[in-house]
Amino acid sequence: MQPQSGERIKPTAQAVGKCGVDGISPGGAKDTHENTMTTRPNSTLRRLLHCGLLSLAVFAFAGAGDPATRFTEIGHQLMCICSCGQILLECNHVGCPSSDGMRNELMAAINRGDSDSLVEQSFVQKYGPTVLEAPTTSGFDRTAWIFPFVAFALGLGLVVMVVRAWKNRPAPALAEGLHPVTGAELEQFRDQARKETDL
Amino acid sequence: MAQIGSFALLLALALSIYSFGVGMVALFFQGDPLWDRLGETARRAGVVVFGGILLAAIALVVAAFRDDFTIAYIFHHSNRALPGPYKFATLWSGQEGSILFWCLLLSGYAFILRLRYKTDPRLFAYASVVLAGVQIFFLALVNFAANPFGLLEGPLRADGSGLNPLLQYPEMVIHPPMLYLGYVGTTVPFAFALGALIMKYPGDKWIHITRRWTMVTWGLLTCGIFLGSHWAYYVLGWGGYWGWDPVENASLMPWLVGTAFLHSVMMQEKRGMLKIWNMWLVFAAFWLAILGTFLTRSGIIASVHAFAQSSIGSWFAWFLAITFAVFLFFFLMNIFKSRHLRSEHGLESVISRESSFLFNNLLFLLLTLDVLWGTWFPKISELVQGNKVTVGAPFYNRVAIPVALLLLLLTAVGPLLAWRKTSFDSLKRNFLWPTIGAVVIALFVMFTPTSWGSIFGLKPWHDISYFYSLMTILLSALVAFTVASEYYRGGRVISRHTGQGMFASMVQLTHRNTRRYGGYVVHLGVVLVMIGFSGAALNQEKEMEMGYGDKMNIGNYELTCRSYTQDETANQFSEWAILDVSENGRPLTSLTPVRLVYKASNQPSTKPDIYSTFKEDLYVVYEGQNEKGQPVIKAHVNPMVIWIWLGAGLMILGTGLALVANAPAPVTVRVPNLVGRPAPVTGD
Repeated sequence: MQPQSGERIKPTAQAVGKCGVDGISPGGAKDTHENTMTTRPNSTLRRLLHCGLLSLAVFAFAGAGDPATRFTEIGHQLMCICSCGQILLECNHVGCPSSDGMRNELMAAINRGDSDSLVEQSFVQKYGPTVLEAPTTSGFDRTAWIFPFVAFALGLGLVVMVVRAWKNRPAPALAEGLHPVTGAELEQFRDQARKETDL
Repeated sequence: MAQIGSFALLLALALSIYSFGVGMVALFFQGDPLWDRLGETARRAGVVVFGGILLAAIALVVAAFRDDFTIAYIFHHSNRALPGPYKFATLWSGQEGSILFWCLLLSGYAFILRLRYKTDPRLFAYASVVLAGVQIFFLALVNFAANPFGLLEGPLRADGSGLNPLLQYPEMVIHPPMLYLGYVGTTVPFAFALGALIMKYPGDKWIHITRRWTMVTWGLLTCGIFLGSHWAYYVLGWGGYWGWDPVENASLMPWLVGTAFLHSVMMQEKRGMLKIWNMWLVFAAFWLAILGTFLTRSGIIASVHAFAQSSIGSWFAWFLAITFAVFLFFFLMNIFKSRHLRSEHGLESVISRESSFLFNNLLFLLLTLDVLWGTWFPKISELVQGNKVTVGAPFYNRVAIPVALLLLLLTAVGPLLAWRKTSFDSLKRNFLWPTIGAVVIALFVMFTPTSWGSIFGLKPWHDISYFYSLMTILLSALVAFTVASEYYRGGRVISRHTGQGMFASMVQLTHRNTRRYGGYVVHLGVVLVMIGFSGAALNQEKEMEMGYGDKMNIGNYELTCRSYTQDETANQFSEWAILDVSENGRPLTSLTPVRLVYKASNQPSTKPDIYSTFKEDLYVVYEGQNEKGQPVIKAHVNPMVIWIWLGAGLMILGTGLALVANAPAPVTVRVPNLVGRPAPVTGD
């Protein structure tokens, strides 16, 4: 869809996804793969691996150079600083003192050809770390990401321990003359109960 | 009004202190006729507290309707032109009023509890004393730290500042009371749990009582959360329904813990297991509700809709510390001096209902912990490295979605596992067809052309969010099929034994075990909500300045600006656009997004207009005007959103169903030689 008069550059989330997919060059990747196969048959496996990695890289970075896509992607990783608590490109305050200026700065940085990290760094320098909408993966911020997974591992370990402890717990003593039903006999009773209840 | 309100609040505080102090001493000297009689007066004093707080609340509402701007609270949260329902909502629209409202709800719950004391007089007496203790805290707060009847200093003003524009929406008259009922309701199970701990209650009666209260609370909290979400979607105008804001998180945490408790309590009822765990879950739900209030009121964490920073944060911090210490003390007393909290049984097999509940609880608790961590991390970061960071949606999506998907898997698997042990044959028999059905649905969603709807043609290898969406749909279908198979198998048994039709048998089945089948209805509601959430990966948005006749294309829709104009009422100015909408060239409807400016506060607000279908929502916002006076329109296409609201409705319906008492099951007698088919005979 071509932008119409007055339309602001803001590609949709779906467009980003589609652009990423359309941007893959399956033909190109295939050509590379075929050329490799004919020139160096001895290192086929290694070349295949290279081609696979290249394809992945193409897949990963497809559309990354498109300014509109980059504007959307980076703009969704930044917060508006007007204390509305909204993502920069989602800030909908009429007359917001910050978002328009920040959007213009972002577009200017992208047009200058600044890398994604450079753009983010310049925003952090100017507005502080709260301008990023999620903690970074360096320094103390890393703990924000690590903690949930550590908690998951610890919790899982704890539940496994509880299950094992409960499984190993001795069965309550039965009154004299009573014999517990176990194994095949127990299964037989269970099957009978299921048949009788149709469940 | 200010004098009446202030006096009523002081009286309520005095009565609460009496109810707490005398009630506690009476329990200490149980068996002494004098103290038993005094204990009864303490209960009655607790009942009267409700009257005092109700009087204060009425005084505040009357002051709002009478535009009594001598009261500072009324001046700050109301104005003469404010419509009647919003004047009523003034009661909970500010810091002081909302704490009074909290007191009112708490005393209302305590009122019911104290009137129903004959269920178990001793346990209820303990619970009543605990409730009185909590009441003292909130009444002290409303009397000394956040008094809604404080008088305005300076000259009398002609008009008030008005209600926050964002709160001037019909749902705002319902959403806070529901949420508060949910928050405050967590106090009652806590009171029973602490009471049971103090008296070393050996039986499971307290858990039966607590479960019902928790279900009511959980239902109200569910209702409050989804109403808030619906309000955010229809009022805030950013196109979403959940922003992972600290205040939203604060409501989610007790809900998650409450959900965990409603599952684990079955372990205690059926197998006498997880007794300690359940105690702590009940406490955690209460504590997290208070913690959420602390977050909202203290200004310690920045939030879009937190109340202003105030001194009452320290009151809450102390209260949190004291309640934790008291609960821990009595818990330790029980652990070391009594064995009644020990598990009665072990685990026979890992593949059993018991272990599924264990993992269910683990995941709910992890989700709570993740939300708590994300909410507090900005503060932790500030303390550790001196600067705050933002923890937004990407963090929560990354850590919470995988856990939520595992929970959805357990929702499918858990109900089909038997207590004690499940054989592999049984697993195969129960899961084969639901799994095949779910895979067929997922393949259908993957390979159906996108032209059928934006949710179709979902290729999981394109994007991780698409993968999550497809997994959500697959697992949701699995849950739906397993629930359907449970209904079918149960219905078939009844149908065979009674000769009734399948539908009537299923209805009877539900009546016979409302808790179990009500729970399944809740699960179906969760399925719809999750399907609704899965659509978020395919959201689209576009913004455009639109003059007369200008067109905007988004998804399959074309929006044409027919006109734009302005209006004025006593309370507000408004600007709005009229947009004709067509889909694939077929005219559909007209949408009129509005931007409002409230006169009293001079604050702007947007009211989006939404064309909603089962497939997707077309969500249009009037963002403002450009230099030429033309409207700036932002449009979103949000797939499957309506499923969320339908799912929420089903969850609340299921909760209501689970609270209904079971119908007695008729005894069926087969007399094959005398009659052709079995005859139902009702009896004990």
